[in-house]
Amino acid sequence: MLDINDLRVSVDGKPILNGLSLHVKAGEVHAIMGPNGSGKSTLAQVLAGRDSFQVDGGTVTYDGEDLLTQPAEVRARAGVFLAFQYPVEIPGVSNAYFLKAAVNAVRRHRGLQELDAMDFLKRVKSEMKAVGMKEEFLYRSVNEGFSGGEKKRNEVLQMTLLEPKLAVLDETDSGLDIDALKVVADGVNRLRAPDRALIVITHYQRLLDYIVPDYVHVLANGTIVRSGGPELAAELEERGYAWLAKAPEEQAKGVTT
Amino acid sequence: MSQVEIWQDQYRVRAQGLPGATLPWLVTLRERAMERFVAMGWPTRRKEDWHHTSLAFLEGQTFKVPMRGAAPPEESLMGRLREGGAGHWLVFVNGWFNAALSQIGSLPEGATVDTMPQALIGHAERVEAHYGSAEDGGSPAALNAALATDGAYVHLARGVAVEAPIHLVFIATIAEGASHVRNLVIAEDGAEATLVEHYLGTSATATLTNAVTRIHAGADSRITHLKLQQEAEQALHLASIDTQQGRGSVFNSHSLSFGARLARNDITTRFAGEHCETLFNGMYHVDGKRHVDHHTVIDHALPHGVSREYYRGILDGSARGVFSGRIKVAPGAVKSDAMQRADSLLLSRQAEADARPELEIYAADVKCAHGATVGQIDDDSLFYLRARGMDEAHARNLLTYAFAAEALARIGVAPLRNRARAALLARLPGGHLLEELTS
Ligand SMILES: Nc1ncnc2c1ncn2[C@@H]1O[C@H](COP(=O)(O)OP(=O)(O)OP(=O)(O)O)[C@@H](O)[C@H]1O
Ligand SMILES: [Mg+2]
Repeated sequence: MLDINDLRVSVDGKPILNGLSLHVKAGEVHAIMGPNGSGKSTLAQVLAGRDSFQVDGGTVTYDGEDLLTQPAEVRARAGVFLAFQYPVEIPGVSNAYFLKAAVNAVRRHRGLQELDAMDFLKRVKSEMKAVGMKEEFLYRSVNEGFSGGEKKRNEVLQMTLLEPKLAVLDETDSGLDIDALKVVADGVNRLRAPDRALIVITHYQRLLDYIVPDYVHVLANGTIVRSGGPELAAELEERGYAWLAKAPEEQAKGVTT
Repeated sequence: MSQVEIWQDQYRVRAQGLPGATLPWLVTLRERAMERFVAMGWPTRRKEDWHHTSLAFLEGQTFKVPMRGAAPPEESLMGRLREGGAGHWLVFVNGWFNAALSQIGSLPEGATVDTMPQALIGHAERVEAHYGSAEDGGSPAALNAALATDGAYVHLARGVAVEAPIHLVFIATIAEGASHVRNLVIAEDGAEATLVEHYLGTSATATLTNAVTRIHAGADSRITHLKLQQEAEQALHLASIDTQQGRGSVFNSHSLSFGARLARNDITTRFAGEHCETLFNGMYHVDGKRHVDHHTVIDHALPHGVSREYYRGILDGSARGVFSGRIKVAPGAVKSDAMQRADSLLLSRQAEADARPELEIYAADVKCAHGATVGQIDDDSLFYLRARGMDEAHARNLLTYAFAAEALARIGVAPLRNRARAALLARLPGGHLLEELTS
């Protein structure tokens, strides 16, 4: 579903991703871990279509098509979803309007009829219940004044409403209490399906107890330095990242499955 | 002959026919105002308070005052205007009251809503006391004082509250037509009212509006004033709103400027009693080569006054937006509390915003804060919306709307807020896509 080959990305001339490769098949869940500043969010944003990053080389194909040439909104409509590490506050725009516009943009693209106000409300209220959000959050401005955890729940809400094919969750677990973590994990697990793929960026083994990944990758200095199964996460939890940097000859160049 | 002299000629010809032409004080005031206009001419950039807006080009342009009753607008226009708007409606066409289009409706005891010519007959003394002087304001205000043909007169006796808004609608329909309207609002102690000044035009070629509104807000009165400027693209719009506030009064001014090729708004309030409160809330949208200038003065003449001023401008094309906000705190006006913010959103590289706070603080023990920003559409927000499937144009319009929404939210009267929102959406490309937005 997603093939990243030798991706090189920089910002203002400063290289951030240095030849990163990753292959994700439908139905799989990949976890990406790695030290702060290693390039995890950069990768996530580049996949979602942020154009402030400069792609210096490499390819990304999604469902057999070149992803990098498509604008962010086209990718979103084609099923790519990014749950932001830092969801943006948009004062003056109600969450309800935002969610409905997003849902209908995606529905239009999929040839489905747009939801009217009634149907949308029904749908969104039931999803909000599932992610433990009170209805009042519909009528507040997008993320404005939301607590860290509330913002993350709002991201999960968007994900469940948009039913993406490829979802990238960038530290959606950070700042969540235990209950919220379960809610997020439930949301993700409900979405797991043979025709969907997930990339979960996290610093914590904890989340991976709930969302058990098929593969775990370690990103350091803009490239994947180690890949393995769920046991790699446990090892990282115990040993940190330093031992990986010391054994460059062991570095894997992504996984080929 | 220069334009200034043409105006003087117009004055000589018209003076006898102006309302109240038999009132000596008014005749003297007009003579003096005309002299003052001739002496000053149209403001140029060299003039104090006009550094960013020159009207020198008006020297070469001829406007004439249309006849009363000429070229009334289509009836349907009023229907659309009044839609969903309860209230008392006075309509002026090309500077003249139009009784057929107006509907003053029933008012509570002690409230008078009439035209200036009528008020000059029935309430000459009260009008005289509040009419203003030939020396007020800049030269356009002087020209208005000399030539004003018509306008609204509102008087609220002590403690009278008019619930529904009083709408004053000014429509310019005649090419090269000049409208000089002068409105007077006198709210006695404890009175309450909401006034709307709505300017629009149907002429494809230049028109000139030169309006003056004077508001006397008595002690403990509460006056909300909303101005919605939606003149035609080629219109020139000059207007001042001058308020005197009595002790404990609350005056809220909302100025929304969307139309006209050039619009200049002078909005002033003076705290003539202690414990006054005022809100100056402004928002404008300009594009193309258009120009809008808000020149505001809040005069904390006496202690314990609170003022809040927020202006937001959206500038597109090679438009120019000017905001200058003077805050005066007189010697002895202790415990004055003033805050001012001016934020501009530039939608194009050619657009230009100037925001100038002018603080004249002559008292100690006061709070006075001000800030100004000039920015563009935020990249993070834009990306967030696009990452959710919204196309770039829709996302930009949504964020532009969101920028203005803060100013809309400050309009406390819901029907007026909705009216203001509709006016804004009508200006934004793709605005209809945003109609589902609620506050
Ligand atoms: N717009 C930018 N301008 C300059 N540097 C940037 C920019 N965006 C990212 N970087 C830099 O790129 C590097 C990678 O950042 P990124 O956000 O991808 O890290 P991360 O792995 O997600 O870290 P964290 O675990 O802290 O979230 C960092 O050194 C960061 O400072
Ligand atoms: Mg990150």
